[in-house]
Amino acid sequence: MTAPAPASAPASALRSGLSDGLAVMSRNLLKLKHQPGQIAATFAFPLVSVILFGYVFGSAIPIPGGGNYREYLMPGLFVMSTVFAVMGALTVIAKDNGLGVMDRYRSMPMARSAVPFGQTAADLIIAMGSLAIMALCGLLFGWRAHNGVGATVAGFALLLLLQYAVSWVGVFLGALAKNEETAARIGPLIMPITMISNIFVPTDGMPAILQTIADWNPVSAATAACRELFGNPGLPAGDVAWPIANPVLATVGWCVLLLVIFVPLSIRRFRLAGL
Amino acid sequence: MGTHTGDAVVVAEGLRKRFGQTQALDGLDLTVPAGMVYGVLGPNGAGKSTAVRVFTTLTRPDEGTATVAGHDVVRDAPAVRRQIGLAGQHAALDEQLTGRENLRIFGRLFHLGSKRARARADELLERFSLDHAGDRLVKTYSGGMRRRLDLISSLIISPTVLFLDEPTTGLDPRSRNEIWDTVRELVAQGTTVLLTTQYLDEADQLAQNIAVIDTGKVIASGTPDELKARIGGRIDVTVGDAAEIGEAARALAVLANAGVEPDVDADRLLLSVSVGSDSLALPDIVRQLDQAGVKAVDVGIRRPTLDEVFLTLTGKPTTTTTEEAAR
Repeated sequence: MTAPAPASAPASALRSGLSDGLAVMSRNLLKLKHQPGQIAATFAFPLVSVILFGYVFGSAIPIPGGGNYREYLMPGLFVMSTVFAVMGALTVIAKDNGLGVMDRYRSMPMARSAVPFGQTAADLIIAMGSLAIMALCGLLFGWRAHNGVGATVAGFALLLLLQYAVSWVGVFLGALAKNEETAARIGPLIMPITMISNIFVPTDGMPAILQTIADWNPVSAATAACRELFGNPGLPAGDVAWPIANPVLATVGWCVLLLVIFVPLSIRRFRLAGL
Repeated sequence: MGTHTGDAVVVAEGLRKRFGQTQALDGLDLTVPAGMVYGVLGPNGAGKSTAVRVFTTLTRPDEGTATVAGHDVVRDAPAVRRQIGLAGQHAALDEQLTGRENLRIFGRLFHLGSKRARARADELLERFSLDHAGDRLVKTYSGGMRRRLDLISSLIISPTVLFLDEPTTGLDPRSRNEIWDTVRELVAQGTTVLLTTQYLDEADQLAQNIAVIDTGKVIASGTPDELKARIGGRIDVTVGDAAEIGEAARALAVLANAGVEPDVDADRLLLSVSVGSDSLALPDIVRQLDQAGVKAVDVGIRRPTLDEVFLTLTGKPTTTTTEEAAR
């Protein structure tokens, strides 16, 4: 058997880091190929959400300033599916920890930052697909983007930025979790983060403390930003919290903050875990 | 690669590592010569896995030094990683990918390039008779097949040193034999293997040299024969009547090492004693018992169990701590 010689020192750290990241990314994307069930779920989630929230809640919730509830809801659903993506990275990385895959990676001559970068890149590609599906569902049930191509593209770009930032949070939590079971227990905690927000209902009817939390929740800023960019109803008027009054700026700010905190933390964690 | 049979490829000097309250490594010294299977034998929590983690650059020792293939595991970790393979206690694989895809991804991560990674995956699957299952998802594999694929995954670059951390724990005998055959083949091709195990039998079958470790340090080492001679064998005698236990014990004490009293299990009418060498033959024992007027129902000579080895070497029974479980 002509076995390859032990790998020699890489020509360039950057090049090997990139190719390692691509290998980790393609590993994550390859998995989808074998999971038609998961792809079906990716299709079903937006469809079910639009019908469930759009028609059940929509039958009872009046929109400030009037308008179609589905038009009000869609930006929030985009944000919700984006935030739920935290579970993707978290589950994959926690599972790899539990099975010892992480240890194997770390005993190999690969770039240690390849795992978080490859994982978040794969998540981003998957998110593009699921946002596209969700947008199609929205169009089907009467949602429209009213402000032209530029603003629409900016809206989706903002969602992808949020997704990328949230994905790094997932990577970090996954690296902390010892196995898949721990990851599964973190999952339900994401639900309140999306509920205490302006996704489903205007925040001004909430008790004062809850309203403050909801207004400063990045999820609310992102939702308000999407409403603004897509020209959907529900934009707050009058005296509102700063992130709601300047939603695009606030969302970008939140994303940058998350990235500045969690990218270095995750990379550090991958470099030092177990030492 | 500059390593010749007899050169030391793994050298550990005074390794110490503490996790909270547990002193996992407590001054471990080890020298592994090239071209052999070196068995590290010990119970759960003895520090075997921690030692492997230090050698494979996963854990940094608090004190002491270790070199693998001539490179320091702390200062020169990237160079060590280019020379080693690791297969742990789990099957470190992606269950949602096929066996072939797993190997290809690992190949790419070893910087073989996509084309060579594919060729290497095909080659390894065929070589180790997993070709038929190569395109099935790993989650459909049996435990034995997973471990074999895991072992193969550590061979992508033909490592100078292969670390196998309890590669057969929890496997059925047939899968265990398959792993053993694979390990023997690898050594025949010149790979040095450091294998940890809880099973005396496994170390005996595979290793040319064994280090017995307990509480983080080596308490005995040598070839299997040397260790066996040191530990000796066991004689088990079952008597027909409880009244004969005393006589039987006195007879066995004559055969045993000086000063060693037989262990007596009165409920099962069983006596057991360690004997110093392999020179004792069954007829000698039977004659001795016969002269003492003992009617033995069953007499046997056997190899000691790992528990008994530990009892002999350390003077205390094996203790299972949580260190290994917590890893």
